[in-house]
Amino acid sequence: MSANLFHDGVDILHGQRRLWSFHGGVHPPQHKHESTNLPVIRAELPERLILPLHQHIGEPAEPIVQVGDKVLKGQMIGRAHEFLSAPVHASTSGTIVDIGEYAVPHPSGLNATCIVIEPDGEDRGLEHPRVGDYLQLAPSALRNLIREAGIVGLGGAGFPSYIKLNPGKLDGIDTLILNGIECEPYITCDDMLMREYPREIIAGLRVMQHALQARVCVLAIEDNKPEAFRALHDAALHEAGIEVILCPTIYPQGSEKQLIKVITGKEVPANGLAIHIGIVCHNVATALAVHHAVEHGRPLVSRYVTVTGAGVSQPRNLDVAFGTPVRDLIIQCGGDPAAVKRLIMGGPMMGYALHSHAVPVIKTTNCIIAATEADIVPPRPVMPCIRCGACADACPVMLLPQQLYWYAHTNDLDKVQEYNLFDCIECGCCSYVCPSNIPLVQYYRYAKGAIWTKEREHEQADIARQRHEFRLDRLAREKAEREARRRLKKASLAKNQDKTPHTEEAVDND
Amino acid sequence: MQFDSPTSPHGHARTSVTRVMLRVIYALIPGIAAYIYFFGWGVAINILLACVVALVCEGTVLRARSRPVWPFITDGSAVVTAMLLALALPPLSPWWLTLCGTAFAIVVGKQLYGGLGYNPFNPAMLGYVMLLISFPLEMTSWTAPQMLLDVKLGLIDAATAIFAGRLPEGLPIDAFTMASPLDTLKTQLLLDQTVSNVIATSPIFGNIGGKGWEWISGGFLVGGLWLIYMKVISWHIPAAMLGALFAVAAIFYLIDANTHATPWFHLVSGATMLGAFFIATDPVSAATTNPGRLVYAAGIGILVYVIRAWGGYPDGVAFAVLLMNMTAPTIDYYFRPRVFGHDRK
Ligand code: SF4
Ligand code: SF4
Repeated sequence: MSANLFHDGVDILHGQRRLWSFHGGVHPPQHKHESTNLPVIRAELPERLILPLHQHIGEPAEPIVQVGDKVLKGQMIGRAHEFLSAPVHASTSGTIVDIGEYAVPHPSGLNATCIVIEPDGEDRGLEHPRVGDYLQLAPSALRNLIREAGIVGLGGAGFPSYIKLNPGKLDGIDTLILNGIECEPYITCDDMLMREYPREIIAGLRVMQHALQARVCVLAIEDNKPEAFRALHDAALHEAGIEVILCPTIYPQGSEKQLIKVITGKEVPANGLAIHIGIVCHNVATALAVHHAVEHGRPLVSRYVTVTGAGVSQPRNLDVAFGTPVRDLIIQCGGDPAAVKRLIMGGPMMGYALHSHAVPVIKTTNCIIAATEADIVPPRPVMPCIRCGACADACPVMLLPQQLYWYAHTNDLDKVQEYNLFDCIECGCCSYVCPSNIPLVQYYRYAKGAIWTKEREHEQADIARQRHEFRLDRLAREKAEREARRRLKKASLAKNQDKTPHTEEAVDND
Repeated sequence: MQFDSPTSPHGHARTSVTRVMLRVIYALIPGIAAYIYFFGWGVAINILLACVVALVCEGTVLRARSRPVWPFITDGSAVVTAMLLALALPPLSPWWLTLCGTAFAIVVGKQLYGGLGYNPFNPAMLGYVMLLISFPLEMTSWTAPQMLLDVKLGLIDAATAIFAGRLPEGLPIDAFTMASPLDTLKTQLLLDQTVSNVIATSPIFGNIGGKGWEWISGGFLVGGLWLIYMKVISWHIPAAMLGALFAVAAIFYLIDANTHATPWFHLVSGATMLGAFFIATDPVSAATTNPGRLVYAAGIGILVYVIRAWGGYPDGVAFAVLLMNMTAPTIDYYFRPRVFGHDRK
């Protein structure tokens, strides 16, 4: 591979910044080349697009269209009212045929409100005003534009990006990291995007840099993507202040805190945010979306999605309009949805199994794995924990998964928290290496859920108790006041019996 | 349409308890080979016998506890326990000694505590200590290394010795046994001999340790290093145990070389290497955090020296391991790694 990285006889890694490493991590089989052989094409538009109003972290958007309305591609159909929210746009032109509950991508297989569009086949776009020179815009106006374009973190988290483009109280941040790591096996959508749009990604990075007033920009790519690295390296060759760097492949390097450690050597405090140490991380696909929004006024209506796994005969990346059902993508890639054993949204390490292939692609969908027996190891018997510590050696957060398991398993919710359960990023490294096949992450999710439920109950009980106490308080106060009034009245009555009678009215009126 | 929908991660590394245990067994091979080379076929017979007994006991108890038998019989842990115990027994031990020890290790030391993963003590060492206390004579009559013998014992001879308690040509077993090097050193030092004197006068000593023992220890060392390389065990326990033993031995050696053996001698004698790489590292009964492992294993190293130098038994590995097993949960509680993003406490 390193041979690829010699450019005109010069080792282009020469002079790269020093990299750090994080504890643990694993090297699962990559399975990436399967989906990088075919060029990216647009996914066919389905008969109906199902657009959930909640495709991000935060509050769902609220519909601003009605059944029967005609919409154009890029037209806003769901508005974000809250601070932590993102709007939703029509991903093609057509007619709104329903607003109702549909199955959405979610680990628990729940239904949520979606707007359904029947495409008219013309894919007519709304005319968007051009911004001109974004450098002339006030940072808040720039952020608002990005918010209105519906841009959220496209690496998988779906956090509204405009919030992470705000330096807050700082004049500017220290380092802006653009995450092109893509460390999960199977997924190649960022890889393809970087190969095809290096200049646009750098342009988007510049916009982000401007919004954050970042001193340094670092674009990090894992060394299993030499083509992407070369493309971006060339695109950034004459750009001052942008470093494109190659990191040795290891999972979960793409996780924000781990990547920050690798690049800066700094650890984000456990209860803090990256920005507290002057660093912000964005995904490369997000940078491209920002570029499109700022340069062309185009809101986020589609993305690259890797469709792979042994269940499809032509694994590849597709440019997919949001709302396209997963089923259509599998068929387009030569798969039979009925023959798929497990349908995974996301990567094999952190993705979740879908309950139905009717769910749509949303903003955070980076990969669909149509898995068959060839991809999944058949479940092996779960053995007792032998305390071998392989899990602890693999944990990138330096937790003690065996102890967490022990306490989660015995339902000791205080102890699991003492062992920092809530620092667990659910990366799955511990489960991956456990010789006893214990589904450790499942236990941690369960324990987290149990603690949240308990806390909520606690809170509710607190609220109820407060209400009750407040009511008793009020009753007692009222009683005391009545009592006082009566006494006052009595006293003045007694006084007035031997004085003038007109003061009695005054007392009564109090 | 429904798919099977277990939660992430959807993949798993090629690993299993059986795989781990198999690797431990492979790693024992060089040491066992050297052991057989120097002490004859009795070693192999002991191992085989112990393995059979262990599997029978394990299966019987699992059935009695109505636990699934197959996955636990094939996990390899009973075999490892049996092998470790057999390696700690004198090479021509009578068959019932091996049988009692192994049955005790598996039934009491492991299954009564709840089976794989739940035993607080190393079962092999528990079996060994039970034997040492109950049958001290049998447990200390060590066979002499083959090169010191006039008669070579073949496979059949060894089997007869073990199962029938007889030796060929009517020779008593005593003709083949003598005290082990650690034992010899200990008794002789009590008789006010100097270390160099003892080593010079007794034929059982080699260049740095007991004759043959140097090679056996070397075999276990090689196997152990391979286990570290294969990431089956971490370096913490062997390094800390050997380091601590060496350091303590060195201190006393420097204080008085006449009454204290060299630190090298301690490293290659008795069960030091076997203990450091295969016994103290038994994950179930050892400390599980890496900082904890350092403390735990250093404790073992120091205790081994203390028992060897001042205790009532020639070797102290088994007692040291059991004593530190007791402290493992406490050590794990107090010695935890720093969590990412947290300050050092
Ligand atoms: S890897 Fe599995 S068996 Fe080993 S300590 Fe962790 S949970 Fe226990
Ligand atoms: S899932 Fe949690 S405990 Fe397991 S390795 Fe990842 S961070 Fe550590």
